[in-house]
Amino acid sequence: MKIIIILISTIFVNNVILAQFLGICPFLGTSKKTSTAVGMGAAVIFVLVLATLVTYLLNKYVLVAHGLEFLQTIAFILVIAALVQMVEIILKKISPSLYTALGVFLPLITTNCCVLGVSLKVVGEGFIYGNNVGEAVIYAAGIAIGFAVALIIFSGIREHIDLMEAPEGTKGTPIALITAGILAMAFMGFGGLV
Amino acid sequence: MSNWKTFTKGLIKENPILVLLLGCCPTLATTTSAINGMSMGLATTFVLIMSNLVISLLKNFIPDKVRIPCFIVVIASFVTVVQLVMQAYVPDIYETLGLFIPLIVVNCIVLGRAEAFASKNPVWPSILDGAGMGLGFTFALTILGSIREVLGSGSVFNWRFLPEDAQTILIFVLAPGAFIALGYLIAIVNRLKKTK
Repeated sequence: MKIIIILISTIFVNNVILAQFLGICPFLGTSKKTSTAVGMGAAVIFVLVLATLVTYLLNKYVLVAHGLEFLQTIAFILVIAALVQMVEIILKKISPSLYTALGVFLPLITTNCCVLGVSLKVVGEGFIYGNNVGEAVIYAAGIAIGFAVALIIFSGIREHIDLMEAPEGTKGTPIALITAGILAMAFMGFGGLV
Repeated sequence: MSNWKTFTKGLIKENPILVLLLGCCPTLATTTSAINGMSMGLATTFVLIMSNLVISLLKNFIPDKVRIPCFIVVIASFVTVVQLVMQAYVPDIYETLGLFIPLIVVNCIVLGRAEAFASKNPVWPSILDGAGMGLGFTFALTILGSIREVLGSGSVFNWRFLPEDAQTILIFVLAPGAFIALGYLIAIVNRLKKTK
């Protein structure tokens, strides 16, 4: 039951993009076509879950154990950068098809703030799902799925927007941002669900 | 390019948010009021100046292949400094900005300037470039924060100009308002650029 609550609240109610504003750059950058949006979404799900697992354990058994919590930001970003590189190399070796599908998006993920944001949030004080590693990973998975859902919906809308006549000056990013605002309003309807 | 141009280009012509569209996450998340937007901008400015300074000093010692991880370590160190200082002296603002202070590390502007400017230029222009870009960022954030605060809470810099029971457009301090306000702000800037 708790798992379902975590998933619903992260995917819909507190959607990572539309309610928490993490990962806006890839959201605007890779949403021009649905196919790239699916690729980016899949890559984020993969890396975010892995990164949260690794940083959670690193925090618990290395940083907290030695009283080094102030190094969290530096340690996490290095771990994430190294992890993304490693995933890229391993994928290239064991699954070239997956690599060609996700390849272009992997390096971009290091600077995707939702990865660092979620891993910092999970180990932060007063975080309700941070008690054990299982819940933390489910939370990360929910966040990543929420990212993919918002990105894919948005890319679908955006493909249609490109065919419309937008008022002068709002063509391109401005109209995309306004559309994202309306989408965020729609997602506000999920408030109070959990 | 003269030093003066290096400094001013970040303010308007290459404004990181309004023109280059870099660093959107903190822009949308922290501009619920003018003060929040401005403090976020100033924190980022500090990190930008210091990281540009250090990276430009170290540029001859950093091997080309591992430069990105090196830049990230330098940036992350200064972010940690900002984080600890803000926690100690302005705990209220630190609480409000929360997660977005450590997230300055992954702000595209900081790494972008390190890579594009500080790693190729001497110390003094790098400092000016960081300051210009940072102040341009602060400027955009303060404007956006003011717009959202005026429309959403009926106040500017916490000074309320509307009577206590007046209705305001609450949606502007919530998530959707951030997207819409930034969208229109960029549209206006685009329009002004065209008429020039």
